[in-house]
Amino acid sequence: MDLATLLPFLVNVIVGGLVLGFVYAIIALGYTMVYGVLQLINFAHSEVFVTGAVVGFEVFRLLKGVDMNGYLKLVIALLAAMTISGLLNVLIERLAYRPLRNAPKLVPLITAIGVSLILQDVLRVIEGLQGRFDLTYTLPAGFADKFCAATSSCAPLGNFLRGVGVDLQLKDVILVVVALLSLGILNYLVNRTRLGKAIRAVAQDRVTAGLMGIDSNRMISATFLIGGALGGISGVLFGMKFGTVNAYSGFDPGIIAFTAAVLGGIGSIPGAVLGGLTLGVIQNLIGVTNILGQVVGSENLGAIDASYQRIGAFIVLVLILIFKPTGLLGKSNVEKV
Amino acid sequence: MKKTALSLTVLAALALGSASAQTTIKIASLSPLSGGQSDLGTQIRNGTQLAVNEYKAQFKKLGFDLVLVPYDDQADPATGTAAARKIAADRQILAVVGTLNSGVAIPASAALQPSKVAMVSPANTANGVTDRGLSNMNRIVARDDSQGPAGANFISGNLKAKKVYILNDKTAYGEGLAKEVEKALKAKAVTVSANEGTEEKSDFSSIIAKIKLQKPDAIYFGGIYNQVGVFIKQLRESGVATPVVGGDGLDSGELPVIVGAANANNIYFTTVAAPIDALPAAKVFAASYKKTFNDDAQGFGAFGYDAAKVVLQGVLNAVRGNSNKLPSRAQVESAIRKGSFTGLLSGNVAFNSVGDRKAGTLYVMNVTDGKFKLSTSLPVKAPKP
Repeated sequence: MDLATLLPFLVNVIVGGLVLGFVYAIIALGYTMVYGVLQLINFAHSEVFVTGAVVGFEVFRLLKGVDMNGYLKLVIALLAAMTISGLLNVLIERLAYRPLRNAPKLVPLITAIGVSLILQDVLRVIEGLQGRFDLTYTLPAGFADKFCAATSSCAPLGNFLRGVGVDLQLKDVILVVVALLSLGILNYLVNRTRLGKAIRAVAQDRVTAGLMGIDSNRMISATFLIGGALGGISGVLFGMKFGTVNAYSGFDPGIIAFTAAVLGGIGSIPGAVLGGLTLGVIQNLIGVTNILGQVVGSENLGAIDASYQRIGAFIVLVLILIFKPTGLLGKSNVEKV
Repeated sequence: MKKTALSLTVLAALALGSASAQTTIKIASLSPLSGGQSDLGTQIRNGTQLAVNEYKAQFKKLGFDLVLVPYDDQADPATGTAAARKIAADRQILAVVGTLNSGVAIPASAALQPSKVAMVSPANTANGVTDRGLSNMNRIVARDDSQGPAGANFISGNLKAKKVYILNDKTAYGEGLAKEVEKALKAKAVTVSANEGTEEKSDFSSIIAKIKLQKPDAIYFGGIYNQVGVFIKQLRESGVATPVVGGDGLDSGELPVIVGAANANNIYFTTVAAPIDALPAAKVFAASYKKTFNDDAQGFGAFGYDAAKVVLQGVLNAVRGNSNKLPSRAQVESAIRKGSFTGLLSGNVAFNSVGDRKAGTLYVMNVTDGKFKLSTSLPVKAPKP
């Protein structure tokens, strides 16, 4: 294999990893927000995210026959998923975490896992009653087409992408745009608004913030609402990208996104994004290591195939935790969220 | 005090005894009823239920109350083994229909073996299921070492492929099948560019990138529909139309749903469970399945029904051999292994010394526009007498 075929291949793999990384990043933000404020790992977040994916599926399904702009359908799906996942997350906090807030740290952790299992089966029953298990997204026409394949106005861009061998679908581009937009809005919300200031205050010291007149329960609810809404967005993006979800699909991406949050430094918003992107790229690169092994003629590299994709992510995590325990961008105890 | 407790127990036992004058015989089913493979597992449970309903009257005449107890293994070896221990502890259970996954059957049958509970599998194809020679483990479907070569023959003979990319799901089932296919393809001098394992359920982008780079003539995937379906969907969306071949794990009506009817083309799979319309005797079965469960019967439903019939005829033979009294588990076990069973949807069944079906049939199905069509069928024989 020569460099001329290998280079576009590699570019493609890395670009694919970045797209995947944006999905992880948005899920990871949900973990990081809640951890930043409560030092609680909301393991139910993976189901909040699947709920978003299910809501997105239902919206696309109901709007299938409706003559409407595809992007408008997407906006409706995103808004519906944000609302329902956000409210669900608030409800979870109210029922499962708030009563245990003063309990030892292990207790809410176990409740979180319990909530996660309950939600899985609730989702399964809701879809099962309608005779569905694997939910297949019916995307608006054109979303699965190649990016810049037909429209002449983007011909230069299309030619450039094809030139460097990037093989993107329209939905990948939409995914990245939506992820970047959500990220921008979140950043504005947390760093530039009164609400964000209050949330940051509660994150730093709940008791003192209370003495300053901040209703910490309300701020915690707000955090869960924002985190849940991000979960909803990521659910729709996940469904769009991979095509199918079922009630149990949250576990794998949930664990990887959680890893991404820890890798970036849990509690840090840019850290979650960096962690997600890093894991996405690493995962895709490990997935093709055997091809690279063939190129350099190494038997050992050739044996590392796609089955090691996941393990690679965790090896990176362990290395980071050994050499920089706070994660890539984590600072110990300064400015959480 | 002690006396009262004892007499109370006796009284309770008497009351129970008179309430059910008939002895209960239980048959267990063990298959995934929840989780990603529940579509197939539920078919097995339902097929078993239909057979039990059918035989209830015959058992009643002999003074037995026949009951089905379904167990859920979630397609998980640990859960399946735990369920097998529960089954072994329930003395009223005489035999088990199950499992769906070879990876579950292997530890579960080992857990059942000391208490001599016979298992008849409607679906396990891994060689290791019967190669261990357990006295209690039987199957009515063909083995991987016949399914693998059949798939390989199809790839080289019918699809005329010169270069094949093999994937597997890293389970006893998928890996075993992929290995058999690889062996048979290499024997035919077909290039195998990879035999790659993946447990990924949603993101296949790096594998698809490799496939695009290597441009194989055919792809073989030893795996289950819920994983393979997502793979095919993403493969077709990224513009690769290469035929995808698989084993009986693809045999589910959910497959075209996951792939999407528009993309569900050029897919082939070998299956041990015949399509219902390829079994001449299955019309009545399909109708009563639809009536009872309000769902369409699929291959594994029919094979669950057949496996249950083998179990029930075996129990009946054991009852008769024991002068119409309740037989022991050991008697049922040997009645099943040594019996020959008729009136099944998939033809007659007799087992060889290790529990493989002496003669069976494999079917190759073709998926076009989301519809299943029978492509061809081949007879297979057990490797041991």
